[in-house]
Amino acid sequence: MSNWTFRETAGMGELLLDVEGARQNVLSHAVLEELDQLLQQIRTERLRGLVLRSGKSQGFIVGADVREFGRIRDAAQAVELTRAGQAVLRRFAALPYPTVALIDGPCLGGGLELALACSYRVVCDSERTTLGLPEVKLGIHPGFGGTVRLPRLIGGLPALSLILSGRSVSPRAAKRLGLADMVVPSRHALAAAHKLLRDVPPKGRPAWYQTFLDIPVLRPAVGAYVRRTLKRRVNCAHYRAPCQALSLWVADGNEAAEAQSCAELLVSPTSRRLVRLFELSEDLKRAARAQSHDIRHIHVVGAGVMGADIAAWAALKGLRVSMQDRQPDILARALSRAARLFGQHLKGPAVAAAWDRLLPDPSGRAVRQADLVIEAIIEEESAKRALFRDIETRARKDALFATNTSSIPLDRLAEGLTNPGRLMGLHFFNPVAKMQLVEVIAGSQTDAQALARGRSLMVALERLPIDVRSAPGFLINRALMPYLLEAVALADEGVPLAVIDAAAVDFGMPMGPIALADTVGLDICLSVARTLSGPLHWEVPPLLEHKVAAGELGKKAGRGFYVYPEPRDWLASFASPPEIPAGLAERLILRLVNESVRCLREQIVSDADMVDLGLVYGTGFAPFRGGPLGYAESLGPAEIKNRLNALRERHGERFTPDSGWDDAALMHRRSFAADTQGAGP
Amino acid sequence: MGARVFIVDGARTPFLKARNGPGPFSAAELALIAGRALMGGQPIRASDLDEVILGCVIPAADEANIARIVGLRLGTGVAVPAFTVQRNCASGLQALASAFDHIQAGRAQLVLAGGTEAMSRAPIQWNRAMSGWLAQMLRAKTPLDRARTLIQLRPAHLRPVFSLLLGLSDPVVGLSMGQTAEIVAARFGIDRHAQDAYALQSHQRVVQARERGEFDGEVEIAFERGGRYHAEDDGVRLDSDLDKLARLAPAFERPFGSVTSGNSSQITDGAALLLLASEEAVARRGLPVIGEILDYDWAGVEPAQMGLGPVHATARLLGRHNLHTGDLAHVELNEAFAAQVLACQAAFASPEYAREELGLDGPPGAIDPARLNPDGGAIAVGHPVGATGARLVLHLAKALRRRGGGLGLATLCIGGGQGGAMLVRSVESAREGA
Repeated sequence: MSNWTFRETAGMGELLLDVEGARQNVLSHAVLEELDQLLQQIRTERLRGLVLRSGKSQGFIVGADVREFGRIRDAAQAVELTRAGQAVLRRFAALPYPTVALIDGPCLGGGLELALACSYRVVCDSERTTLGLPEVKLGIHPGFGGTVRLPRLIGGLPALSLILSGRSVSPRAAKRLGLADMVVPSRHALAAAHKLLRDVPPKGRPAWYQTFLDIPVLRPAVGAYVRRTLKRRVNCAHYRAPCQALSLWVADGNEAAEAQSCAELLVSPTSRRLVRLFELSEDLKRAARAQSHDIRHIHVVGAGVMGADIAAWAALKGLRVSMQDRQPDILARALSRAARLFGQHLKGPAVAAAWDRLLPDPSGRAVRQADLVIEAIIEEESAKRALFRDIETRARKDALFATNTSSIPLDRLAEGLTNPGRLMGLHFFNPVAKMQLVEVIAGSQTDAQALARGRSLMVALERLPIDVRSAPGFLINRALMPYLLEAVALADEGVPLAVIDAAAVDFGMPMGPIALADTVGLDICLSVARTLSGPLHWEVPPLLEHKVAAGELGKKAGRGFYVYPEPRDWLASFASPPEIPAGLAERLILRLVNESVRCLREQIVSDADMVDLGLVYGTGFAPFRGGPLGYAESLGPAEIKNRLNALRERHGERFTPDSGWDDAALMHRRSFAADTQGAGP
Repeated sequence: MGARVFIVDGARTPFLKARNGPGPFSAAELALIAGRALMGGQPIRASDLDEVILGCVIPAADEANIARIVGLRLGTGVAVPAFTVQRNCASGLQALASAFDHIQAGRAQLVLAGGTEAMSRAPIQWNRAMSGWLAQMLRAKTPLDRARTLIQLRPAHLRPVFSLLLGLSDPVVGLSMGQTAEIVAARFGIDRHAQDAYALQSHQRVVQARERGEFDGEVEIAFERGGRYHAEDDGVRLDSDLDKLARLAPAFERPFGSVTSGNSSQITDGAALLLLASEEAVARRGLPVIGEILDYDWAGVEPAQMGLGPVHATARLLGRHNLHTGDLAHVELNEAFAAQVLACQAAFASPEYAREELGLDGPPGAIDPARLNPDGGAIAVGHPVGATGARLVLHLAKALRRRGGGLGLATLCIGGGQGGAMLVRSVESAREGA
């Protein structure tokens, strides 16, 4: 027994899970098998009750072992594994005495399913404790009886709301839902668990009105309603998992049906790709965390939208931040944005604490205390260079410098610095609070240690750092821009805007390119397009220039391609969706895909995985397709080339296939995951 | 004499006049605005402090020991102790005096001290009858008991207690602060016109000082969470003139009184904080200094004539150091009321007052009007009672330095019949004058 420990004191059993060599508990195949053996033994113990708890300070159990998913060969094996897991939990649920899960810290996925197999759940009232079934995020749904046990405990609709969205809930919300029997401070948790085991109150059941909706004859109607609301958020053709989970509930599916459905999903390309992206991001974070960042105070210069949001996000995540801008009204606006962000993410005294960490600094005096200075002023080389020179005279000798430039080569900004090794690029995306990706840019002189600290800080800020070489547009803007420009070209040709956007969304993009351009700001798009058009030989569509010249800058100006706020059109909701001409999405997407390969060939990033990771996390590029190169892989490079050539004949040289398509070695995935196999997530 | 005590730097919020109801910031938030801006520019961190001491007269109900709240929220960490002092209008000065004592005695090296007050947020309380009724209601167990208690509620129970008004009156002699100003005005024959002229001059001096940049590096911008901000003291009137002042009705003693809202200090929210350091801390951490606190003193006077407190405190302090009013390059004498400032000037000059009240052979002598509150005072910028003492010392130290050094004095009258005074010297570095 290496992961589980059983103890008994005065008739009360305690089952402790502490997975060997892992930071957090995961239910791997071995852990479940070991539990099964242990159950044989403790089933016959004469106990008043059993407490199930975690030996990790990190939390309860964060789910199944995602790394094992990749080793599943086919659906038959997947069914077998899922059924085996279900059987272990079933035997746990059948123990002849009451059981209670004592949950302190994250309790997710398979972890929650195990907790559901207990008679009761005691949840510790702490900030870090969350409960949820996030399986849909990996393209599957719960497979250890969760889709069966959860509706029985809290009712069909609340259960579906958790399973279909994959969202996690706080301890108090868990109590409201009936997921938790008791919510107590962790110092009283054991006493609460023992009280439940002594008193043995009736197990939790859904409220009567929830039970009413669960009546089998009503389920198809309720299911149809849920499906309609679900469709507004996910396309079932792209993501089958939530739709299948819903079908299971409608049909009152048993564990066998759940296993069958889950197994199909486990081996589906969608799930494989989502799991790969998840693993890649976890590996990246783990690698970055290996270096400590030692950054406690960040000084942000420039309180425009990017500067303000970076500052607010860092303060939200616990760093001390000073924010410098000469204009008090800009600082004031930045602070009110920050206050809104804190209000959305925090409660009670934590809001004031975050506010206290964010210092408005009109004179910039606080720069002397900073461990890291981030520049986010206007995109102008001379201004930025002068700023860094000035900062170098006032900042601490060991402070790191970072620029949020989206286009200026780092080496040009480093000119004139006494210690250019400490300057790096940290390119955040707008909106900072939503976009997880940060491009970490090294100049030719940037110190490796400085970069490692920068990456580590990004992970601490819950951002995903990918290494990008300093080149015009870096990775994201460069790959995205041809796609946006093609959309503008389509608009110029007279294709209705709604059709262009619908084509992209239908492909799997989170938002259409026209709407995206409006959100980013047409002036910013134009400026990036112009910066890149020189070195990359792009044509900037005149329509974009006209719009900017006319002051139609997008959402922020109230008018761009669309008008904001969007006029309400009741009729539109009844109209059938627009007819999308064949090949439209391809014309947009292939430009992005082609540019991605060019970036890879020019070694803007190290390998194909980084391209996919970057574009999925930086632009929301259809994750279920595995990113642009994952998509290209599914079609094959030869096919992509054919399609590009066809487009070139009709629309011009911009569709010329990149020479990278002929280089098979480029597409080879030097998967990070291979180096660290078996470390557990 | 113990260790020397230096002023490293200081900062204050803009003073915000109480207009309609509660102001935008609580007393703790005001102190944090000043404290964060002050500490943000230092080579040391809040966790390097040894102590936080704040003066506050009427903290809100959720601001017990406000200094501790401010210290923790500033990031001192749990290990740095903090306490709050209350000496009415001189609470901010008392905080500095306490810090001075601790540093001088070698108990502390680095102390953040000052004062804060959100007068616009002074609590409004239930009266005692209501407290009794509420207690009875809470005790009532049965519905019948509750009904019985309920019918005992009378309109008089609902009459609120304004802690601000009570705070501004003297419970021992039963006079409001304004009335004590009427008393000293009558005693020294200070007429309405003289008071109004002095008040007008206060506004004009603030405006001129602002134009010369005298408050730069002293007043920090206060940002609200909702996106508004305050950069300057907002009670200063650019448009005031003698005619307008003359039209105001007496505020405290109608119809014959002479003290009006125009020639009194304003009810205001604000905070001022200073970073004080021992000679050793200055040397060890390479801190810049702007001044040195030499000494302070307190004196008691008739509560009904509390406005004369500065004369007594100043006389004692100067006497102990063998100094004369003429030796002072700059005097900040708090403008609680124009009448009271002018009465102090008259008392400083009066041989009889010196002999009978101060026990001196000759009068200390009136302060040169050009050196007395040269950049205006509380009539224009306001008097957030807990903060004012610290504002006077802060401005005194900064102004002395800007004007070429020398000795200066900050003094104020204190409700309840006291005066306080602090002697400050401008220094360029801690080595000077050792």
